Amino acid sequence: MPHDIVSAPTRGSGHESQDSITIEIEAIEADAAARVAAGGSPELQPRRDYAPYRSSLLRHPTHELVRVDPEEVERLSPAFGHTDVNVLESDLTIQHAGEPIGERMTVSGRVLDGEGRPVRHQLIELWQANAGGRYVHKRDQHPAPLDPNFTGVGRAITGENGEYSFTTIKPGPYPWKNHVNAWRPAHIHFSLFGTAFTQRLITQMYFPGDPLFALDPIYQSIADADARARLVGQYDHSLSVPEFSLGYNWDIVLTGPKSTWMESEEDHD
Amino acid sequence: MTEPTTAQKPALQTPSQTVGPFYGYALPYVGGPELVPGYHPRAIRFHGTVTDGAGEPILDALLEIWQADESGALSRELGSIDRDGFTFTGFGRCATTIAGHYTFTTLKPGAAGAAAPYILVTVFARGVTHHLFTRAYFAEDSALHAADAVLSAVPGDRRDTLICVSEGVVGGAASYRFDIRVQGENETVFLDFDA
Repeated sequence: MPHDIVSAPTRGSGHESQDSITIEIEAIEADAAARVAAGGSPELQPRRDYAPYRSSLLRHPTHELVRVDPEEVERLSPAFGHTDVNVLESDLTIQHAGEPIGERMTVSGRVLDGEGRPVRHQLIELWQANAGGRYVHKRDQHPAPLDPNFTGVGRAITGENGEYSFTTIKPGPYPWKNHVNAWRPAHIHFSLFGTAFTQRLITQMYFPGDPLFALDPIYQSIADADARARLVGQYDHSLSVPEFSLGYNWDIVLTGPKSTWMESEEDHD
Repeated sequence: MTEPTTAQKPALQTPSQTVGPFYGYALPYVGGPELVPGYHPRAIRFHGTVTDGAGEPILDALLEIWQADESGALSRELGSIDRDGFTFTGFGRCATTIAGHYTFTTLKPGAAGAAAPYILVTVFARGVTHHLFTRAYFAEDSALHAADAVLSAVPGDRRDTLICVSEGVVGGAASYRFDIRVQGENETVFLDFDA
């Protein structure tokens, strides 16, 4: 079996068919849609208890989270800056002696807070598989080749308008052992900080039109279709560089900072 | 610096996704767990084990801590990643070992604002679809705990899960153990800051 992850045991790992996982996925999506139809709010975040993603079974709290107000510690976040990150770290294609194999691409966009304001001068980190769907990681045993010219790790500090840009190669999809014939859609992992620690976010960016979306319990752990669509970067031809790279755009919106959300004037236009 | 006016309307948040198992070359960094060097005269050891609902160690968790300095101030200094060994930035990051264990070397925080002193702890792991926040308080500050808004919001029989076990001086440093039980018996209290 490929991709044997050394890990704590996960209940029922690996034996179900895609069809049975898909049935579970669809039942949860229908439940979420019914709640919205009954007047509930759409689910903006993944469910922590999401059984189709087997690793969540023993790794979600069973108690409700305790709702509290953030205090000074939570309302601030670490100060990162250009002394922490070399500007060259945003180019994942120049970290080795040669060029990595794959489809060269850029991913760029802006990091915003919940009110649409730029999150400036904050740390953004990214990691990904290579073009063959293999991570440089000792626990990744997927028998796709490592690329000696690709580590798949980048960092940057967001700019004055919250902007960021990475040059990389398009990652490949890869198999995993959640169930039989489980494949992750191609994705890039992102880690972000806001101005408040409550805005901390780790997430994944996907690529438009991936046929694996409907089958993937990690993507589908966000039960609301509109919410999970926010994880899909968009191909933007104006960002493609002639003779060099294809351009994708992805804006990232952090929560808050905590505030009373008021409809702006524009919303009445 | 003036706030640029933007035409952006309030936007809906980008959802979280699990950190997965393969962050190893990306997120941990040299010095991440050492907010101060171990030879700092007031260094404390802040450590524990992260376990799942079967009581098994979670060996691929990533923890971040964020805290005030000894005076209760939140550092505004750069240098959390490229540490100089002298500047306290208040941020640390540590991946768990194959035993599910983490260890930070830091300073005992002072109280920031009215709250009792604590370390904000964030848990990421494969299988955790959305990170979990918790707070690690110190038993020796129990006189302040009754007035603490967060501890007061936590059911009394679960409050102890937010308080470090004091282990005295171990290896020359005051040692505090903060085990994190993501699920199951004596499950750690996790916090929703509604932000």
